[in-house]
Amino acid sequence: MVKEELSTENRPDNTAFTQQRLPAWQPILSAGIIIPGFVLIGLAFIGIGVALLVTSQSIQVMEIDYTGVDQGSPCFKCTDSTVSNCKCEIEFTIDKLFEGPVFFYYGLSNYFQNYRKYGASKDASQLSGDLDYFTSPATECDPYIKDNNDKPIVPCGSIANSMFNDSFVLSRLINGAKEVVPLDGKGISWWTDYNVKYRNPSITPLKNAFNGTVKPINWPRPAYELDTSDPANNGFINQDFLVWMRRAALPNFRKLYRRITEGNYADGLPAGDYSLEITYNYPVLSFDGRKKVVFSNVSWMGGKNEFLGIAYLVIGSLCVIMSIVMLIVYAKFKFPDED
Amino acid sequence: MLRRIFNRLLGGDERRVDSRTIYIGHRSCPASEAFIPPPKFCDNRIVSSKYTIWNFLPKNLFEQFRRIANFYFLIIFLVQVIVDTPTSPVTSGLPLFFVIIVTAIKQGYEDWLRHKADNEVNKYPVKVLEDGKPVDKDSEKIKVGDVVEVKENETFPCDLILLQSSRDDNTCFVTTASLDGESNHKTHYTVPDTEKDLDSLSATIECEQPQPDLYKFVGRMHIYKSNQEPAVRSLGPENLLLKGATLKNTQKILGVAVYTGMETKMALNYQGKSQKRSVVEKSINAFLLVYLCILLSKALVCTTLKYVFQNKPGQDEPWYNEKTQREKDTNLYLKMFTDFLSFMVLFNFIIPVSMYVTVEMQKFLGSFFIGWDKDFYDPEIKEGALVNTSDLNEELGQVEYVFTDKTGTLTQNNMEFIECCIDGFQYKYHDSSSELDGFGVTYGPMSKLQQKAGWEREELFLRALCLCHTVQVKESTEQPQGQEDGQKNQVDGSVLDGEVPSAPQEEKGFIASSPDEIALVKGAMRYGFTFMGLESKTMKILNKNDVEMYELLHVLNFDPVRRRMSVIVRTRSGDTLLFCKGADSSIFPRVKLEEVERIRMHVERSATEGYRTLCVAYKCLSAEEYEHADKGLKEARLALQDREEKLTAVYNQVETGMSLIGATAVEDRLQEEAAETMEALQGAGIKVWVLTGDKMETAKSTCYACRLFQRNTELLELTVRTLEERGRRREDRLHELLLEYHKKTVQDSPLAKTSWSVGNQDYGFIVDGASLTMVLNSSSDSNTSHYKNLFLQICQNCTAVLCCRMAPLQKAQIVKLVKNSKGSPITLSIGDGANDVSMILEAHVGIGIKGKEGRQAVRNSDYAIPKLKHLKKLLLAHGHLYYVRIAHLVQYFFYKNLCFILPQFLYQFFCGYSQQPLYDAAYLTMYNICFTSMPILAYSLLEQHIGMEVLLCNATLYSDIAKNAMLRWPPFIYWTLLGVYHGLLFFFGVRLLFGNLALPDNGQVFGNWSYGTIVFTVLVFTVTLKLALDTRHWTWINHFVIWGSLAFYVLFSLFWGGIIWPFLSQQRLYFVFANMLSSVSTWLVMILLVLLSLLPEILLPVLRKPRGPHARQKKMVESSEGGLQSPRSPARPLLMRTFSDESNTVI
Repeated sequence: MVKEELSTENRPDNTAFTQQRLPAWQPILSAGIIIPGFVLIGLAFIGIGVALLVTSQSIQVMEIDYTGVDQGSPCFKCTDSTVSNCKCEIEFTIDKLFEGPVFFYYGLSNYFQNYRKYGASKDASQLSGDLDYFTSPATECDPYIKDNNDKPIVPCGSIANSMFNDSFVLSRLINGAKEVVPLDGKGISWWTDYNVKYRNPSITPLKNAFNGTVKPINWPRPAYELDTSDPANNGFINQDFLVWMRRAALPNFRKLYRRITEGNYADGLPAGDYSLEITYNYPVLSFDGRKKVVFSNVSWMGGKNEFLGIAYLVIGSLCVIMSIVMLIVYAKFKFPDED
Repeated sequence: MLRRIFNRLLGGDERRVDSRTIYIGHRSCPASEAFIPPPKFCDNRIVSSKYTIWNFLPKNLFEQFRRIANFYFLIIFLVQVIVDTPTSPVTSGLPLFFVIIVTAIKQGYEDWLRHKADNEVNKYPVKVLEDGKPVDKDSEKIKVGDVVEVKENETFPCDLILLQSSRDDNTCFVTTASLDGESNHKTHYTVPDTEKDLDSLSATIECEQPQPDLYKFVGRMHIYKSNQEPAVRSLGPENLLLKGATLKNTQKILGVAVYTGMETKMALNYQGKSQKRSVVEKSINAFLLVYLCILLSKALVCTTLKYVFQNKPGQDEPWYNEKTQREKDTNLYLKMFTDFLSFMVLFNFIIPVSMYVTVEMQKFLGSFFIGWDKDFYDPEIKEGALVNTSDLNEELGQVEYVFTDKTGTLTQNNMEFIECCIDGFQYKYHDSSSELDGFGVTYGPMSKLQQKAGWEREELFLRALCLCHTVQVKESTEQPQGQEDGQKNQVDGSVLDGEVPSAPQEEKGFIASSPDEIALVKGAMRYGFTFMGLESKTMKILNKNDVEMYELLHVLNFDPVRRRMSVIVRTRSGDTLLFCKGADSSIFPRVKLEEVERIRMHVERSATEGYRTLCVAYKCLSAEEYEHADKGLKEARLALQDREEKLTAVYNQVETGMSLIGATAVEDRLQEEAAETMEALQGAGIKVWVLTGDKMETAKSTCYACRLFQRNTELLELTVRTLEERGRRREDRLHELLLEYHKKTVQDSPLAKTSWSVGNQDYGFIVDGASLTMVLNSSSDSNTSHYKNLFLQICQNCTAVLCCRMAPLQKAQIVKLVKNSKGSPITLSIGDGANDVSMILEAHVGIGIKGKEGRQAVRNSDYAIPKLKHLKKLLLAHGHLYYVRIAHLVQYFFYKNLCFILPQFLYQFFCGYSQQPLYDAAYLTMYNICFTSMPILAYSLLEQHIGMEVLLCNATLYSDIAKNAMLRWPPFIYWTLLGVYHGLLFFFGVRLLFGNLALPDNGQVFGNWSYGTIVFTVLVFTVTLKLALDTRHWTWINHFVIWGSLAFYVLFSLFWGGIIWPFLSQQRLYFVFANMLSSVSTWLVMILLVLLSLLPEILLPVLRKPRGPHARQKKMVESSEGGLQSPRSPARPLLMRTFSDESNTVI
């Protein structure tokens, strides 16, 4: 409507803000800053790059595919899905000391743990030990909510159902005799997953909590019997279960299986022959997947990764080269500041 | 509104409909006419509010979702609710909800204010006469036909016809300050014969249907008296009291309501102006389309690839990921469709809701800086700049053509009487105080040339000046009570005494709609003829010591078409005289030829000196002549239809055969810094066109004075004068001239297009209204478009164009012509008067000057500034900055969302096209709302990539951003490529990192949410630091929001991942961020990726260096030196006398 003109003194405020005169820092990226800056950054990057590369080189990695695609491979016999409780053995040799602590991973390829529906197919409340959700799991778990007898599945959902269930026994061959390498199954999952995020129901014995429920269809044993050797490592806080439940980002992934930290092998795997006995349960060939085991040690930068070191070296040298080019250009065409 | 239409439909075809009949006091009229039941008029309720409590929600939501963007987001939201989509509806619902709620609250609050204002008006107590007694009523209860009583200083509750006034002379005074800002007192008249005895008055009013023009009203009143033929009185705007105006200097009046409520002229005038849209908005829409296409194609690609992928053996339904029964049952094509929708939803963030919010906020908040700028504050009128719309801020930085009015805009409209010429003798006024005494007897000292005209002629001339005007004497406001009497006494006393000291009279002051008139009356006063005022149709003049009385018979009003006005007065001796004053072109044809020659020279000389000239003529009317004229005038005034035309015809008939007495010259001083402003605008590459109703000579000299025309400017004239030369047909000559000028400006100077600096001849183009009409409405249609083109091309190649003798509508025509020409340049109109309103509304940006000719221009403008000189800063500094800011804002927004969504798109290739989101829902939602919104908002409000002073000094910088330079396709493609580069880098950089077995040094592995969080962290840091690199002006606010946003992101992520959230079903991000920070490799890769992304941004300005800030500094030094070299600029005489270099004119 009608705009009332203020007849009173309506002089605008004379503040730095209203007059757009706030004190301001006006950085100008000039050659004088950029060339030395680039040299510095370049040198720092080259330094980091070299360190990374050297570290990465020192990390030992050994991968063994045991899918058994080739007829000649030891695990070929297990690829037939009709065979149950199939075991196969792979022998390998380590030339020099595999420095410890050695981490024992299993790896899957062409396995989409990052499918959206797959990833959503779990019940977080159930997994945090809420008994209400034992009887009626969340709908996201579909088609693994209830079995054919209409009994609720605990833990429900595709992720739990598809838990990796190959197991490995690593032995060192000393003069024809096998010496089993002790594998440490603790601390392979995130501390927070183990201690906070996943909880068992506070009912002892744990078995009672699962009354009226059934185990996931593909599991050989119910959740409270996942680890027969260690009663504390059962239910939803079973370390292998936790590792599996943390979905991998990419279709080719590795997951930590065990650490080799104990006994004679605390310093690593000595050079020699080893045998890996695999209880082959997990079918992957139906979707053209691959299985492998990986031994690796880690450094401050984690596992082996050449990419990072090379990238740092490349970019570092690029920066140095750019600054030299710029220096030449400016030397030729003069610094504009100076005339 | 509806009711009106309804009324019209039902109101009977037979009786409709250019007029309405009103029964005064609802009394049916006697006998003669059959009583027609009065149709229902709308009540006097003003409804400016849009909503009621009941319809607010649906109506407001409807209004909001009519906006295409909101609708799009609503659709996305609904898809998310209905279809099983990857992201929860919250991610898009929350921002949309937020936007809708905020807008609704804002609009609701505004509407509440309107309701309050409406109520105040509607419940205002008024007195309505019922059975002769005033009864208190609410204002909204007034009906058409009610007789309403209004007291002094009250505003009229509806449009009234004045019936009775408490003043003796049957007039009342009114100010329309709240309607059009004109604070002078306007006189309104009662209808004759109605003034007494309202109770017995039986009359009807027939008047036109409501229409918005404040200054037009036609009506007729039939007064029925017993046993007499009904008397008919004409009604005009002078009888109509408008709602919103205030009664002044009059104790009370009675009036009959003719238009009420929403049909009052005020209400009709405040119906919304048409929305202007800025080029930036058009660019945004174009970019949006591109992004929409990107979005659709992304979704399409993913859907296709998904089904290709699923065709591979084992991939459709691997055993670990069995389908549910429902999925198996769903039709394949329906599945495809829902997949497509899901992908759309997944990628929909590429078009963010928040961009609209941020753009709106930027415009709204940014516009405050104009109002706040103290450089725009004018101590004289105690006002700063006014922003009527914030939608066009950036348009101020894009102006290519400025159309400026002359009077009041380039010039001050502060008139001073300079000289006059009587019968060919020049009189120049030297010094007021010393020579005032001896001046009634002899005019000797006044005369520059020692020759003089006869004193009778001199007196006649001065009388003409004193009589021929519509000036009022400002009544003293010292006595608020009994003002009327006091005033009368004062005047009477002075008459009786016959001697009034001159000083108080000088102070007394005059009020008129045009400052020329005041200047003339004051001029006459200096020569001893003082206008005392108009009292009951009698004009009093104090001629030294004698009071002369003239009966004012008729005023033949001024209008811009006739360009003259006249009065008919009767002297005491009974002679009837007509005095006429007007522009020379309108007077010369109406006087004797031999008189013209004596005066013409003076007029033209005065005009070339930049003065406004008026010629004064008179005529003695014989009794018969007067009778005839009187009859004609009265008849024409009574006409209901075509009154204007009929009046004009009578005016033309009366104003003939006059004899010329003399001419006056009034100086209209240039506005402060007018020349500097114009120079700066031209330096900025803006073409300045002067559109004026004034004479060519006057306008031309103003142009020279403003340095729009330089001395070496070659003037091309296309005026009636050049057209009529050589005795050829005008059309032929027009054709010839157009071709000649076209050759000169366009064909012969190919350089003009590439560089306009070296050795090029500047051209100035002058065209007048009549010639323009010929160009635009040529006899044959084929010529019209041809001429138009030629005309435009000539104009576009001239540095300055002067269009004189323009009618208001022609001004708008010119603006429209240029606006729609090739390349659709951005136009700006600036003016101060009612005659500029049409061009202000027509141009892309309309600027009003808070000048002396009322407030209409200001009211209709987009921006209003107190002085012309403020235009320079408004365009060169504010406009430039606003444009750069918003352009950067828009580009940045598209960029940051492209590189936000691209990794999510790429991730689909690695997750089996399963629509797995890469980022957590919280990140998806917060990215645009919290993490990256504040820095760009602060940037878009505070950035000064070049300081204001530098922008003002170097006008050429303005042309750097001309033609929407920062929002054209090349920069858009640059930003898009940058976004793609960043997106690719983020995704594949992290992907290579994930080639690693384990990232932390405890050998554990990261999952998919860690992957997304790393990408997201790199993303947030990169886009924020990218903006930091672009920021050239770091105030503490910038520092605060940029570093604050990053800190907020980190803290939020820690917090979000640090708690098991009770209301979330999935704790996906629990400790993901903290875990990520524990890995050295992750740190290293993030640093690497951020730096690698920004590397081109750092290098590019360095490689572009040569015209970087140093060159700019150099320029600044040069310009300041230049400023020293020309110290004349500020203190120069306002008019340069050397400019009238006629030899330059090409004829």
